[in-house]
Parts: sequence; structure tokens; C-alpha cells
Amino acid sequence: MSSKSRPPAGSAVKSSPKAGAHPVRNSTMPNPNISGQKGRISNGAQIIVDTLIELGADTMFGYPGGVVLPLFDRLYDAPINFIIPRHEQGGCHMADAYARASGKVGVVITTSGPGACNLVTGLATALMDSVPVVALTGQVRTELIGNDAFQEADTTGITRPVTKYNCIVKDVKDLARTIREAFHIASTGRPGPVLIDIPVDVSVAECSTASSAKMELPGYRVRTKGNARQISTAAKAINKSEQPVLYVGGGVISANASDELKALAEKAHLPVTMTLLGLGSYDQSKAESLDMLGMHGSAYANYAVQECDLLIAVGARFDDRITGKVKTFAPNAKIIHIDIDPTSISKNVRVDIPVVGDAKDVLTELTKEVEYRERKPWFKKIADWKKKFPFRYDDSSSTIKPQYVIEELCRQTEGKAIITTGVGQNQMWAAQFYRFSRPRQLISSGGLGTMGYGLPAAIGAQVAKPGATVIDIDGDHSFNMTMTELSTAVENKLPIKVCILNNGYMGMVRQWQELFYNKRYSKTYLANPSYATVAEALGAVGITVEKAADVPGAIKKMLVQKRPCVVDFRIEREENVWPMVPTGKSLNEMDGLDILESMA
Amino acid sequence: MKHIISALVENKPGVLAHVAGMFAARAFNIDSLVVGRTEDPDLSRMTIVVIGDDKVVEQVRKQLAKIVPVVKVQDFAGQPVVARDLMLIAISAPPEKRPEVLSLIEMFKGKVVDIGPRFVMVEVSGPEAKIEAFIDICKPYGIKSVARTGTIAMPRQAKTDTSASNKRTEL
Repeated sequence: MSSKSRPPAGSAVKSSPKAGAHPVRNSTMPNPNISGQKGRISNGAQIIVDTLIELGADTMFGYPGGVVLPLFDRLYDAPINFIIPRHEQGGCHMADAYARASGKVGVVITTSGPGACNLVTGLATALMDSVPVVALTGQVRTELIGNDAFQEADTTGITRPVTKYNCIVKDVKDLARTIREAFHIASTGRPGPVLIDIPVDVSVAECSTASSAKMELPGYRVRTKGNARQISTAAKAINKSEQPVLYVGGGVISANASDELKALAEKAHLPVTMTLLGLGSYDQSKAESLDMLGMHGSAYANYAVQECDLLIAVGARFDDRITGKVKTFAPNAKIIHIDIDPTSISKNVRVDIPVVGDAKDVLTELTKEVEYRERKPWFKKIADWKKKFPFRYDDSSSTIKPQYVIEELCRQTEGKAIITTGVGQNQMWAAQFYRFSRPRQLISSGGLGTMGYGLPAAIGAQVAKPGATVIDIDGDHSFNMTMTELSTAVENKLPIKVCILNNGYMGMVRQWQELFYNKRYSKTYLANPSYATVAEALGAVGITVEKAADVPGAIKKMLVQKRPCVVDFRIEREENVWPMVPTGKSLNEMDGLDILESMA
Repeated sequence: MKHIISALVENKPGVLAHVAGMFAARAFNIDSLVVGRTEDPDLSRMTIVVIGDDKVVEQVRKQLAKIVPVVKVQDFAGQPVVARDLMLIAISAPPEKRPEVLSLIEMFKGKVVDIGPRFVMVEVSGPEAKIEAFIDICKPYGIKSVARTGTIAMPRQAKTDTSASNKRTEL
């Protein structure tokens, strides 16, 4: 995949006779002005735009500024849908959610210094959740770099730990190639964000567009095909297992391997549990679905993992929110781990049968070798747990229960909406009470846990899927962090819906203070505005709901809006998320099961 | 346990920062890190000595390989290698002690590269243990300063029995 050939020593230009004949992706919008036509003189900014279009990037998010003026001039009449956020962090989350919803690469463009610095949280979010994002940042003129120039920041230095790869382009002849490499790196292997820093003099420098088209990545290799012997060993272990569990993460979604997962689960007859990012990869309406596992996962998933004799992890990374106490995680299980990233294997938990490869390829091969087994006692046990400990809440009170809001949302949208979330209780309730049935339906910041992700994510998802119903299930404080982006939704006529589960607290932190800090609610309460009034002021529709009885009507009204709509649900203030595996405890040592049982 | 890891990297700006940053971010300990050019002007070699158990070093190796401009990673543990440090050391050697110091230098196959009224500067190379031993033996005379390169290494041609060549003492 990567070229091993090198130009002679000292050559800065890595031109190739086969320039333009090495497309990274299929061009969806062929542009007659680019690749293959030798000798046409263009400038750096035009090359950036042409290369982006050639790579299929027809939608971008970004914010202008001094050193990206040449680039924005070229964007003025380019055939690109360009969304301007109100803050670069929002723009990065939008590009990220656009990528998660569409499966394409998300692109974000900012200026140097503060523009680039504001991307950091967004890039870190995308890195933790393996999302293909390409960020292009302007930089001060090459000769000023290092001089503390106006709006100068060491962008590659600052973003190196939060990107899969980054670099600065100092020669216009390297621009087209570097952008192709960025798309390739971002979207292959374990996907992730890539940043390219472009000094303004490179953007205005002239260059023949035909040069330097071929990628040069001698250190970048992706293993997609799994080792056949390892796959056979895994299949034998599955065929022998009496009590297996499939544990599925976001890797299955980024590999577009949901159908292959379903085929394996059906052919071998396996129960399936998912991580937060894995939700949607397997239809939760099926009896074999154990829903989410982990700290706030279902009791039945956690019990099943702790009692299984074989755990088949696919595209998941044994995060601490999943394993609980590592030493006692799945104590009786042999572990198969299928992942495209070799560093994920045996990082946190010892793995017995590792298979490095693309989930789609490996699951296809594995399915060929597995046999159906009924496993009646195991499924009986699971069914009993499911019956005894479903996700529940007390629906007898007249105050609005957050879980009820989500159940009602799920009912009225027939479980078909795209859901984005904030971070905290709102996110966990969304994961517990909305029923996901298809991949790319839940868009949530899992690894980094970025509060404020929900609203810009809803915008990015709506841009990617204009016809879909996109709902941000948010917390009041998560929403506070990025609510300025409501203007972006209004300006672009995006009919996103925002459901704020407003308890006035930073709810999850408050829950921990209640449980572990003797109810000392230190700094977790802030005065909130009237969200409906804010929404109306920004040109959106605002609704406030204070009684449980008004919830269905408000949701109905929200769903028919053509404008962005914010619904402020004043929920039960000290509602907790149950069950909960306290830090340092094993998965089966869940708190709150007695509370859930008492609601039965 | 000490592992010598050799990484062939693209000779590009930022690669050292990327590697060093990865070590810091993942809390891996670097004992020494040497970077230098290779026979190919587009490639540099980093020789990194890491201390850790097998699980840690396995992660180090995989995390290094994951860095895009890192082309190839080898862990030399368990294979016969030639590993060398280079040291410049300034030792106190007043006239009355000088013959004694010079004979020590001789024994360690060191080379006197500068000599003054009170100090001699010596170049010593060899396996790390030899360098350490030389420092220890010089201590009673007084050491003015030490500059060391850290370990570089290259595997031996695997012609002889590995276990035997592992045991071969190097001086």
C-alpha cells in the first residue's frame, strides 16, 4: 500500500512519473482541472481545494482567519458545502460527527494560533473514538515560524498527542501528496484524526498541479486480513464453548461489519453485548442482545461477562469503564480479541487468542468455520437475568423522569432517529433507554467523554444525513458548553432537535458526590438560563416542559419542527443512573440492583 | 529487564518529538535514546534502551510501530547483539598519579584524547558494563565530567549457537 521507492538524496520534490495515477479513494466529484494534467500552474490554496474535492470531500466545517485567507478565497466559489461553526471546537466535533454518521472523512479548516488551539479537544475526542477527521490549519509564513509571530502557535507540537498523525507542509509541491496521505491515514486501519499545518506562503506559492501525487508512507502498514490459523483456533474455541459472549465495540461500526457480526452471532448462536460506541452494531430488539455492558451497563450483560467461559471481543479495547476491576474481569473466560490495532491487544487484559485484522474480513472468515450450538442452559440463565434486572425507573411520580423522556422519544421516533449525546447521566440514560437497531445511529463521545459534544455532533450528523431525524439528548451543563452552535444550526436551516434533561446539576458528578462524598454537592450546581428563551433568541424553537404528562405532547411538537428545536425538560433533580459498578469493583458487584428490584 | 529496541524512522522533522512524546504520554521509561543517520539519507535509526517487564516492552514495541513515520521496530532481547556506548571522561591526573591513571586507561583500551596539567580526557567505548566499571575505577582519582552517548546496537550474524554467543563476554 505504501511506496518503498525513494527519490534521490536531497530531493525535496517527490514527484512521480505516475502522478495522479494513485488515487487513495474513488473520486466522487471528478474535476477536470486536477490530477493527471501536467503543467497546469496553480497555487497552494487551489491545490488544497482541488485535492479535497478529488478525495470526495464535498462538505467541510471551518472558520476563517488571517493566514487562511488565500484558502478561503479559493473556497468562495468551490462546489463545497461549507459550514461555519461559532467556535472551532464546535467545527471539529461537527466534522467528527459528520464522519461518524456518514462513514466518510470529516474535514475541518481553521486559522493558525487560536484557531488551531481550539481544535485540540475535538481532535482528542476523535482520536479516542477512532474517527476519521482531517484538520487543515493555517500557519504563519515559513520565515516567521519560531519568532512568536502574531497568531503563531506550535500547532504540530500541540496536536501531536491528539492526532493519529500530523505534519507541516513547507513546500507547495508536497501539498497534494500530503493531503492524500492524510485522508488515507485518517480512514484506514484504526481510523483517527490527521492534522496538516500549512504556512500561508505555501498556500500562495505557485506549482504545477501534476506533481507529487503518489503517497510515500514507508512506515504505515495496515493488516486487514486475519491470520488463518488464529481464526481457526478462535472458531474451535467458539464451537467448544458452552457459555460464550460476544463483546462488540465501535470497531465493528467503523469497519462497516454489522452484517458480518449478525451473521456470526446467528450462525454460532451467541449472545451479544456492546460498548457505548458499539451500540447500533447489533439490533437491540433481538433476544440475543445483552445491550450495553460496563459501569452503567445492564446487569444481565455484566453477569454474563463474569460467568462466560469464552469472551469474543471485536473492535473493542477493554476500557476501564468496561472491565471494572481488571484482575477479576471475566475470570473464567478464555478471551478472543479481534482488532485492527495491534496495540489494543493485551494492553489492559491478557488475551488468549489474538486476531489482528479488519473486523469485516475476520468475521467473514470466522463465520465460515463456526457451528450452531443451542446452549440452552446458558440462554436460559441469560433470559432469567434479563427478566429479573431490566433497566427500570420509578414511573409513579409526577415529576419528569429522564428515562421516561427517552423511552417516549424512542417510541415516537420508532427507534429510528440518530441520537447524539452530551456526557454524563444524559448519555448513560440515552444508552440504556433508547433502543438502537442500526450502525451509526448513536453518536457519542465515549473515550474522552467530552461535555458539549452533543449539539455540534447533532449538526454534523444532520449535515451528513439531511433527511434523518437527529436528536441531541443532552444535559443542561453539557449543553451550556457549546450552546452557541445553535446559531449554526439556525443559519444552515438544520432541523435538529435538542432534548435537554435539565436537572440543574452536573448530574453524574453530583451522583458520585451523593454516593461517595456524603452528599457534599461541591461546585456541581450552576444557575441555568431559560433554554427556551435562549433558543427563541437565536432563531430556534424553544419549549419548556415541567410535568410528566406534558412530555408526549412536547416531543410530538418537537418532531414536526422544520427549524432547530430545543426542549427543556425539567427532570427529577437527583435521579441516579443504575446499575453502577463503583470504581475498583468487579463487573458483577453492581450497586443499585436492590433499587431497581424495588421498582418492579 | 533492559531491552534494546532499534527503530528505523523516516528522517523528518518531528519524528523524535513524536517518539519521545509517546514514551512520556504512556509513562514508559527511557534509559537511553540515540538517534543518528543511516546509510539511507531518508532514514534515521533510533536505539532506545527501555527498562520494563515483557508486557510493558511489548507495548513499547507496538506503540512505536504504530507511529506513522516509524518504518521498522526490532527488540534485540534474546538475540546476540553487539551493543556499545561511547564515553568521554575527564579524570583528575596530577603528575604524581598520572602513570597509575594511564595504566588504568590502557587496561580498558581507552584512548587519551586531551591532556592538561591536572586532567586527562579519555575516550572509552564498549558495552555498558565496561563503561560503568571504568567510571567506578576512576572515581577515587576524581572525575571532572562525563559525557556518554547511550547504547547503540546491531544484531550479530546468527551463525553460531545463540545461547553460546549470548554468554560470550565482551570487552
